[in-house]
Amino acid sequence: MTVLALTHARFQITELFRIPIAVFGSAFWPAASMLAFVVPFVRHEPAYATYATASMITFAVMNTNLFQYGVGVAEDRAQAWDPYVRTLPAGTAPRFAGRILAGLLMMAISLAPVVLIAALFTEAAVTPLGFLAAVLTCVAVSIPFILMGLSIGYALPQKAALVVAQVLFLPLAFGGGLLTPPGAAPGFVEDLAPYLPTGGAVRLMWAAVGDFPFDTASILALAAWTALFAALAIWSYRRDEGRRFG
Amino acid sequence: MIHARAEGVTRRFGATIALDHVDLEVRRGEMVGLLGPNGAGKSTLVGLLTGGRRPTSGRVELCGGDPRDPASRRTLGVTPQETGLPASLRVGEVVDFVRAHFPDPLPRDELLDRFGLSDLVRRQTGGLSGGQRRRLAVALAFAGRPEIVFLDEPTTGLDVEARRALWESIRDFHAGGGTVVLTSHYLEEIEALASRVVVLAQGRVLADDSVAAVRGLVGIRRISLTSAVPLTDFDFDGLVSVERAGDRVHLLTPDADRMVRTLVSHDVPFRDLEVRPTSLEEAFLALTGKESS
Repeated sequence: MTVLALTHARFQITELFRIPIAVFGSAFWPAASMLAFVVPFVRHEPAYATYATASMITFAVMNTNLFQYGVGVAEDRAQAWDPYVRTLPAGTAPRFAGRILAGLLMMAISLAPVVLIAALFTEAAVTPLGFLAAVLTCVAVSIPFILMGLSIGYALPQKAALVVAQVLFLPLAFGGGLLTPPGAAPGFVEDLAPYLPTGGAVRLMWAAVGDFPFDTASILALAAWTALFAALAIWSYRRDEGRRFG
Repeated sequence: MIHARAEGVTRRFGATIALDHVDLEVRRGEMVGLLGPNGAGKSTLVGLLTGGRRPTSGRVELCGGDPRDPASRRTLGVTPQETGLPASLRVGEVVDFVRAHFPDPLPRDELLDRFGLSDLVRRQTGGLSGGQRRRLAVALAFAGRPEIVFLDEPTTGLDVEARRALWESIRDFHAGGGTVVLTSHYLEEIEALASRVVVLAQGRVLADDSVAAVRGLVGIRRISLTSAVPLTDFDFDGLVSVERAGDRVHLLTPDADRMVRTLVSHDVPFRDLEVRPTSLEEAFLALTGKESS
C-alpha cells in the first residue's frame, strides 16, 4: 500500500514537472505577496515580520491546497485516464496518499521562496527549534486544506470547483485573521477567527514561531474541521464516478 | 464458472436510460464480442463490470465479487481510452505505473516487446501516433498478467501487420485460458477473434448468438435503384425497410441476392442498380425502427 502511494505520488510529480511553468506559477504568487505586502511595511520589526511571514505561509498553504486539489482533481476527473485508473486494483487510500505526498512537495516548493525572502529581506527571526516546529506545524495544518480541496475536487465539476475555490479563499483568509497582525483584526474577526480552519491554522503557526499562546478551543475546532473535511472528501470520492458518459 | 456477470442491470444518467434490464454472463475462458453502435450502452456496461460505475438497479459481479471492491479486480485488465493517456508521461513510465498495481506483473521489457513498443519506451505518449497509442492501450490491459481482459476496439485504426500481431497476442492469451471481452462497433473486428457476439442497442441486449447468426441480423445491404413502379405494391420477403429519396428507392435487406432475384422474376422495371453494405448504425436504425413500428 505504502509503495503504491509513492507510485501514485511519483506519477503526479513527474506529470507536474514536465510542465515547469505550472511549478513556477505556484511558487511565484506567495513570493510576490511577501515582497509586496510584508517586506515594505514590517521588515524592521522582528516580531511583526515573523508573525507576518507565518501568516503569509498559512495563506499560501490554504491557497495552494485549495486550488491544487479543488481545481486539479476536478480537472483530472474530466480526463479519460481517470476512469481507467479506477479499474486498477487499488482502493481509495493509495490514490489519496499519493496525491497528498505530491501536494506536500508542491507546497514546499511554493513556500521556500517565502521563507528565503523573510530571512534575507526582513528582520524576522526564529530559533532553530522554532523553525523545526514551524515546518512540522505547516505540514500538520496543510491537512485540513488538502482535504477541503479534495472534497471540492471530487464533488464538483471543473468549472464549479474553480468558482467555489475562488469564492472561499478570500473570506477564509480575512476571516481567519491572516491579513492582519495577531490581535489587530476587526472585533468580529477576532471573535470568529479562532474557530475557522484558517484561524486555527495560523494560531498554531504563530505559536510555533513566537510567543503566541496556545488556544485549546481553537485547536479542537481545527481538529473538528479536519475530521469533517476528511469525511466529506472520502464521501465525495466514493460517490464520484468520473464523467457521466465514459 | 462465471467470470463476469450482469443480472437485470439498469443504469440511468438523469433522464437517460443507458442500460435497460441487461443480463450477461461471461464464462471463464470465453471470448465474447460486445457489439453495438455508438451510444448503445457498451461502455456503460463495461464500466459497471470493471468497477468504474454502480448500477442503478440490478447486480454486477466480477471474479465472484463486487467489481467495486479492489480485490475483485486483481486479475482484471482493461484498455484505457487511448485519447486519455497522460500526454506528458513516457511510455515506460505509464507501463510501470500500471504494473505497480499488480502483485506479479509482466516484466516491463517483455510487455513492451510483445506489443512492439520497445523502441518507444522513452517517448511521451502525447507524441505517439494513433496506432502506437492503441497498442500501448492494449498492452496496459495485459500488464498485470490478468485472467480476464476488457478490450475496447483493440485493433481499430491499426495497419494490417499490427492488427495481425495484436490478434495473435489476444489469441495466445485466450488459448492460455484467459477470458476476453471485446467491445467494438465493427462486426469485422469481433468476428476475427470471438465466436459469441452479444449485440447491444439502445441499452438492451438485442441478440446473444454466434457470429454467423449476428451477421444475418446486422449484415444488412442497401439496394438502390430507380424505378417508375411504386415498389410498395410488391410483397418482398426479407425486406427490412424501404426509403424513397427523389426518384431513387432504397431497399434494406439482409439477403441482397434474393431481393434482386425477386425484383427480376417479378419483372419490376429498374435501372442504375446498386448494392452496398450498410453501416452498423444504419442496420440498427432499420432493425430497431422496424421493431417499434
